[in-house]
Amino acid sequence: MDTARTYNDVVVRQFAVMTVVWGVVGMLVGVIIAAQLMFPELNFDLPWTTYSRLRPLHTNAVIFAFGGSALFAASYYVVQRTCHVPLYAPTLASFTFWGWNVVIVLAAITLPLGYTQGKEYAELAWPIDVLIAAVWIAYGVVFFGTMAKRRVKHIYVANWFFASYIITIAVLHIVNSLAIPVTLGLSYPIYAGIVDAMVQWWYGHNAVGFFLTAGFLGIMYYFVPKQAGRPVYSYRLSVVHFWALISTYMWAGPHHLHYTSLPDWAQSIGMVFSLVLFAPSWGGMINGIMTMSGAWDKLRTDPVLKFLIVSLSFYGMSTFEGPMMSIKTVNALSHYTDWTIGHVHSGALGWVAMVTFGCIYGLLPRAYGRPGMYSQRAIELHFWLATLGIVLYVASMWIAGVMQGLMWRAVNDDGTLTYTFIESLKATYPYYAVRLVGGLMFLAGAVIMAWNTWKTVATSERVAQPVLDPA
Amino acid sequence: MSGFWNAYIWLLTLGTLGGCLWLLQAMTTKRKQPGPVEDTTGHSWDGDLEEFNNPLPRWWLTLFWITGIFMIVYLVIYPGLGNFAGVMGWNQVSQYEAERAAAEERYGDVFAAFAARPVAELATDPDALRVGRNLFLNNCAGCHGSDGGGARGYPNLTDGAWLYGGSPETIVQTITYGRNGVMPALGAALGEGGIDEVIAYLRALPRLQAAAPAGTASTAQTLTAPETAGQQKFQTFCIACHGMDAHGNQALGAPNLTDNDWLHGRTDADIRSVILDGRANHMPAHEELLTPDRIHVLAAYVLSLAAEGGS
Repeated sequence: MDTARTYNDVVVRQFAVMTVVWGVVGMLVGVIIAAQLMFPELNFDLPWTTYSRLRPLHTNAVIFAFGGSALFAASYYVVQRTCHVPLYAPTLASFTFWGWNVVIVLAAITLPLGYTQGKEYAELAWPIDVLIAAVWIAYGVVFFGTMAKRRVKHIYVANWFFASYIITIAVLHIVNSLAIPVTLGLSYPIYAGIVDAMVQWWYGHNAVGFFLTAGFLGIMYYFVPKQAGRPVYSYRLSVVHFWALISTYMWAGPHHLHYTSLPDWAQSIGMVFSLVLFAPSWGGMINGIMTMSGAWDKLRTDPVLKFLIVSLSFYGMSTFEGPMMSIKTVNALSHYTDWTIGHVHSGALGWVAMVTFGCIYGLLPRAYGRPGMYSQRAIELHFWLATLGIVLYVASMWIAGVMQGLMWRAVNDDGTLTYTFIESLKATYPYYAVRLVGGLMFLAGAVIMAWNTWKTVATSERVAQPVLDPA
Repeated sequence: MSGFWNAYIWLLTLGTLGGCLWLLQAMTTKRKQPGPVEDTTGHSWDGDLEEFNNPLPRWWLTLFWITGIFMIVYLVIYPGLGNFAGVMGWNQVSQYEAERAAAEERYGDVFAAFAARPVAELATDPDALRVGRNLFLNNCAGCHGSDGGGARGYPNLTDGAWLYGGSPETIVQTITYGRNGVMPALGAALGEGGIDEVIAYLRALPRLQAAAPAGTASTAQTLTAPETAGQQKFQTFCIACHGMDAHGNQALGAPNLTDNDWLHGRTDADIRSVILDGRANHMPAHEELLTPDRIHVLAAYVLSLAAEGGS
């Protein structure tokens, strides 16, 4: 078939399948380190399998391998269909797939070997950082090139979010990773002391804001109206919350450094902008949920919509919780406890992973030219395992975190601390067990998805889809 | 900070908030008809994607404005806008100092009463030991263990073997100012064979002591050849700190080598590593973390550990 008249879904399929594969891998590593917190012997006394090396492997795998592949797949799928043209520079698009996966494989090798820059969510050694930058710039060329040759005047809202995420991640990654190389595996950051910490959290929080929020809002803005068969609720709301979200997120990083040597003024600004961020964050949730309004009956029959509505609910919860936790008084209790872990996973499992599952279940069969996934019942089962798993995970970590915070600040009549750190750790064990069960359920759901994906791909004929003419 | 950066922070902070609120105002419409809008914007993508243009929900608008107003009020009260310190004059250092002063006000008397009595007396007082134990578990147990039994490189506080001395005054001094224990690396000076000979001599010390109390008759005939060679090297390189009889020197923190109490491990390989590479051990100072009265009570608890362990 003439490739100029069909969408380029080859790269979409590749990224969609790898989303599922890396999802299982990343979540498996997560389950292993959750088990290690209960049974430290599970590190087998080997340097490569210690918690300190597997934890960055887990975060990199779920954020950049699983989440990143989903964003590549969805943005390539969406930008072609909403611009009514095939992908610009298909060879470059193919390079982004192979380049990104080489990055992931290199991460999976170097992190257990102990190569790290010591920056959270930016651990990878500098040569890998250079490759990431190259892939990302190629990604930008493909995405913006496709947008530039679009056949409709108006740019669809999903593409604003994808565009802002691609530009910002390039800036964040390059600025935060600036370092002076010494050997292939060793480099020193060009920043020192508190400046380094501030750059790190400017990067870290905006990785959440742009990679895990703006990017996935782009996914939401395409798949929710598509799956619900309803127009987006409010164009006006999407304009306001888009600009407010991307401008205020930039400021929120300092709330990770409350009550440290970061100057007071920076802490304050980080806190107040985090609070202002509350309404813009909820703008996306309102637009998603209100778009579904009027199509609630479809929730009974369409498991994809179920994933999407649950993801929006968790998005709303964690973007309410985040601003609350950024308030210094609350942060004084929550910081350094498992509450933070609960908050992060309410966003990561509840929002990012659930919207990804919904997106892949909607996108994969279409990209392979099938009416639907191989098994609808498997999707149902995945949905319930994942939802219950999140509830167990998040609830146990909330309770554990608040308990730890209260234990650490409890004092006796003489002013001495009532509990030692070890006592708070012992008290956390039951919650670690519940969290492990929740994580296992979530992983089980992902394994079912992998089986379903396998069956879907194996029984499809990979029909290329014609480019639609604009209405 | 300089005037430029001050202005930069004011401009960017207020500009970002102002921009958001301006956009909010610009997109806020007068409510014309109740109920949802039924007309789309007229744009369409991918066959069936369209957009309504419903007005911004009122409750959401209100929420946005409240957070914006909160931000302005907060930045008037607290430091945030560059050099402007906020009308309250609050900062985190003064908050810390105020909280410490309040704690001292509230709990100071408890410790002042303990401080009025000698450490040795408190070491048998159950009330003092209960408080001292809490201090120990939260300040010392991380290295010395919750039972004071220590670990490799971290002295056991229950065995009566003191590196710097076990008098109340010495314990107070150790906690207050910390200690830096340094054993120089002697690998180059002794050579591979030399280290083995010194270890052989160290192993012979308990036997020698049992046979002839230190300082009495010559012990030469009871030593093997390598032990004799080790003794010569010991007397050249080690006695300055560990002493002629290897009983150590508490003024320097040099351990007694005859009591079979090995801080850095008891095997030949452990001892070889210490001689080869030396050691730099550090006990942190607590004068900034604990008041003198609290250190007084803590020292009593440490003293009680040794008394328990020794008995």
